[in-house]
Parts: sequence; C-alpha cells; structure tokens
Amino acid sequence: MNVIVCMKQTFDTEAKITLTDGKINEEGVQWIINPYDEYAIEEALKIKEATEGTVTVVTIGPARVEEAVRTALAMGADDAVIVDDPAAFGDEFTAAEVLAAVIRTRTYDVILAGNQAVDDGSSQVAVRLAQLLDVPHVSTITKLTFDGAVAVAERDAEGDTEVVEVKLPALFTAQQGLNEPRYPSLLGIRKASKKPVEHVTVAGIGLAENAIAKRVAVTETFIPAQKGAGRILTGDTPERVRELVRELRQTSKVI
Amino acid sequence: MNFSFHDDLLEMKKMVQSFIANEVEPYAMKIEEEDRVPDAILDASRRIGLFGLSIPERYGGLGLDMVGKSAIFEELGKTSNGYTTILGAHNGIGSVGIVELGNEEQKERYLPRMARGEWIGAFALTEPEAGSNAANLKTVAKRVGDRFVVNGQKIYCTNAPLATVFTVMAVTDPEAGSRGITSFLVERETPGFHVGAIEKKMGLHGSHTAQLYFEDMEVPIENVLGIEGMGYVNALKILANGRVGLAARCLGSSEYLLDRSLKHAAERSQFGKPLASQQIIQHYVAEMALEIETLRAFLYRVAWMIDQGEQAVKEAAMVKLYASEVYHRVADYAVQIHGGIGFIADYPIERFYRDARITRIYEGTSEIQKNIIADRLFRERGVTI
Repeated sequence: MNVIVCMKQTFDTEAKITLTDGKINEEGVQWIINPYDEYAIEEALKIKEATEGTVTVVTIGPARVEEAVRTALAMGADDAVIVDDPAAFGDEFTAAEVLAAVIRTRTYDVILAGNQAVDDGSSQVAVRLAQLLDVPHVSTITKLTFDGAVAVAERDAEGDTEVVEVKLPALFTAQQGLNEPRYPSLLGIRKASKKPVEHVTVAGIGLAENAIAKRVAVTETFIPAQKGAGRILTGDTPERVRELVRELRQTSKVI
Repeated sequence: MNFSFHDDLLEMKKMVQSFIANEVEPYAMKIEEEDRVPDAILDASRRIGLFGLSIPERYGGLGLDMVGKSAIFEELGKTSNGYTTILGAHNGIGSVGIVELGNEEQKERYLPRMARGEWIGAFALTEPEAGSNAANLKTVAKRVGDRFVVNGQKIYCTNAPLATVFTVMAVTDPEAGSRGITSFLVERETPGFHVGAIEKKMGLHGSHTAQLYFEDMEVPIENVLGIEGMGYVNALKILANGRVGLAARCLGSSEYLLDRSLKHAAERSQFGKPLASQQIIQHYVAEMALEIETLRAFLYRVAWMIDQGEQAVKEAAMVKLYASEVYHRVADYAVQIHGGIGFIADYPIERFYRDARITRIYEGTSEIQKNIIADRLFRERGVTI
C-alpha cells in the first residue's frame, strides 16, 4: 500500500513565543514536526511495514523544513516533496490547493495527516485536501485497520468509539492515541541523507500564483495578556457565594 | 582545521539527546533504587541502534569512527551511569576485539547479533591476582586436540550477568610471560562456564559486574581471537579504544553536573540573593566550565588521532586519566554548590558523585595511566624503563 503523509514543521510546543513587529519571531525557535503529523508518519510506517508499500512525505515551507523532512525520512519514509516557494505560504486554502496539486499526479492508497497543527490549530488543510482530491476522509482517528480495499477507522465519540468503514483511496487525520511515534534509528539517520527529496515550486506543479493567493487576512497577532493574581474569597459560605456571583456579574461579566 | 561534526552525526547526537532526556533520564532514580535497567529501556535502546555503535554497517551496526562514537557516548553520559556503562562496555571493550581482531567467521557469527543487542558483550581480563599486571594471569588454557581446556577465575567482569559473548584472556604458554597470553571468544552456554553472584557496588547501579569461573571449560580453536600468544597486546589495544569512549562518557556526565549546578545557583537564594550572584559560586562554575571545555578539546583531538590510524596509546591514557579526574572534581564542585540537597539521595547529584569515583579505577587506574604515559614518553626518546 502506498501512503502519502502531509507534514508541517511547527515551532516546539515548549518554545517561548515572542513577537517582533506583530509577527512571530522565528529567531532561536526550535522547530519540530507537528506532533499530530508524527502520529500520521508512524501510522504510515506501520502500514508500509505490514504491506510492503512506500511512504512519501509532502510538506510546504522554507529551507528550514528540510530538517523535519530528514527526521521523517530517518524514521523510515522513502522519499519527500518540499514545496519551497513563498507563493505557497498562504492560508489553509492555499495549503490545500498546493498539496492537492502535488498529490494529484501520484498513485496512493492512503493519505495521512495530523488532525491539526499545534501552531494555528485550524484543522482545515487535510479535510480541504480530501475535498479537492474527491476522496473520502475520516478525521481524528485513534485506530486504523484494513480489510482488502476497505479501511476501518475508529474515532472517539464522546467517551465511546465510533467505527467508520471507508473505501480506499481515502484520507485520515491522526488523533493523539493512534500510536506511539518511534525514534529514528541511528542507521535511519544515516540512510536519510541518501533518500530522494524533491524541491518544487508553485509554477512547477502547474498552479498560478494568483489562483491560490490566501483568502484570510490576519489583522492582528498578539500574546494573551498575563493573568493577574487570583483572589481568595473569605467569610462564611453564603457570604462567599454572594461575593462570587457579584464578581462574575460585575467584574468579569460572564453571567 | 575543522572543529564541527558532520550533519549526520549532529542529527544522531540530537536524536540520542532527546531519547536520553525522554526515555531514560525520567527513570534514572528507578534504575538507581532497583539496581536494574528496565527491559523496556534496553529494548528501546536496541531499536534505535545503540548496541551497534562500533560494529561495521555490513554486520548491521553503525560503524562509527572514534569521533562519532565519542559524540554519542558524550550524550549517554548525561543520565544514569549504570545504563551508560552497559552500553559503554558492550560497544567498547565487549565488542571492539571482534571488530578489530576477529576473522570473517567470527564476525559473521557474533557481530550481527551484537549490533542488534541480542547478544551483549563483556571483557574478562582482571583476576584476583592480576588486573593491569596482565603478565600475572592465572587462568590457563591448555591445548587438547582441536580445543582448549580453560580453568581459572575472573573478577569485576562488567555486563557479565547480561552478556552472551565474553572476550577472555588466558595463559596458553606459561613460560612466555606476557607473550604467552591468548584471547578467546567464549559463549555463555559453554559447559564449565559459570557466572558468579552480582557484586554490590558503591555506584553504577543498574550495571552489573560479577565473577566468572571456568571449570574444564572447553573452547574450540576457532574461538581464538587474533593470533595465539598475542592476547596481552590485544588486551592493550582493546583497552586503549575503550579508554577514549570512557573519557567521552565522563565529559557528558560533567556537562550534566555543570548544567544542574548553573540551574540550582540561579534558582536558590541565600542571604537574600541568588547563589549565582555570590562570587565564590561564580568561580566554582567557571572552574567547572574551564575543565569541561579543556576535556572536550582534548577528547575529540585524541578520537580524531585514532581515526587517522594513529595508535595514540599515550594520548588515550592521558585523556582517560584527565577525563576521570575532571569528572571527579566537577562532581565535587556540584555537591558543594548544591549544599545539603547535593547529599540527598532523592536528588541526582550524589549519585553522579559516587559514580564518578569508579572512573579513576576501572579500565586502568589513574596510576596505571601515568605509568603508560611515562613509559611512552621515555620510549619516544629511546629509553626503556
């Protein structure tokens, strides 16, 4: 089975985010594979090992994403495509169009992606991609098995499990709990540097720059205000309840 | 001149760093208390290839050169030294003999399994009456037909309770002194081979050392490692390689202690200000950092010399001596900076302080390293001492 994984490089979830001129400061930030995409990669590798297929990683981003791609290759992916072109760095619409253009020309049985990226958390790109490719999708899966050309995916449903059967080819987005991503082996790291990585541009994949221009305008980026000190209410219980209700009504205006 | 690691090695170092921080270090206290490395950690270490560092790629290992191996050992030094010792002894003295001296059949039989960590290696030289003085060995291997019959005893054999493959030094020609020693590859299941009880140690908990007993143990002649009678020379070669790796582990542990000391000094206040603002503490950390940087420069220079094909016996002895002494001094500073908490066993500093102590003893004591250095210095000037 051939699997394509859509991967995004994001800043480390433990990184301290700072802004310069209203933009996230990238200097000194540690970059990682989006953790949900790591589950997608691991699942793809499991499918590859069980069915002797291939795993191709597709990503969009500047030169720095090469490091994340190398990690995915070291984990066991076979090859990768990097769309390294500022025209491709737009919004979720742009990303889905670009990924679709890359993937459309390939043969695949399964597409895997993280259910969201930890940076902007939109959960849109993979689902839009399925729509563009006209393949079914199941999002936030926690288990994936195959029965011939049918995939059986499980997803959490309010404390219960929903089982979805879907015909291949299909797209799935990974939820935490799907698997435990492996560490790349030392030998895998060495082999990764010899695996093929294709760099493409928007024009190279047959897209017109203005047709994929972003449709969302970011008006402001800001760091949430620091939380003030808490206040411990005193007095007997009826007194504290009265005070709490008054605070919620008048100060924080939430009720 | 180039002081940088190549890209692959940097990636490997980064991955090992993250593996150690997330998969080993959180269990370091458990390893210490239970005197046992959990199987899950050893299995995970096998999967990422930590048992195949020195074994050539054609036998399933990584075939790192000495610089590469040192770079990985440096990272391994930043956690439980017991865990590190299992890997250090296996990748160093436990397998280097086969890699360097083994014939093709021996390599085919042992190295792939050792690279996967299915078979763990150990090295058996020291005896009750002979350690660094190898010429005084009492374990005897007597040739009978197409095999050797071995009788004797070894002590302080690191990895013995875990290992399957032992590189054993035994006397094959008692008249020939140090030229009458031969190295053998001995498998654990060999009849007449017994592993004694696990020794209780001051530190290195999780790494086990035990005695070995050979009672009319029959070893086929195919298991002679290298040339008969060259066992002493082989042992020196294997130990020299091991010394550089040990120095790299000392470097990693020293870096860990400096890192913890800087954090503690920044966070802990005394007399109304952080320890870090006390000049005496500043001087302590400066001393630690200086020693660590000096060790790093020296270590990678010696590793590089070995990769250029130089014997570097003198330099390997020097760097092992220096590294163990630096680790010891840095650990002492770290306890002093931490004060009371540095003495408490719920906190890792005292563990490193105890673990540092053995590095001045095993794989050749500091005193023996000085003997080797002096011997080489005089030899270089044509004087035999």
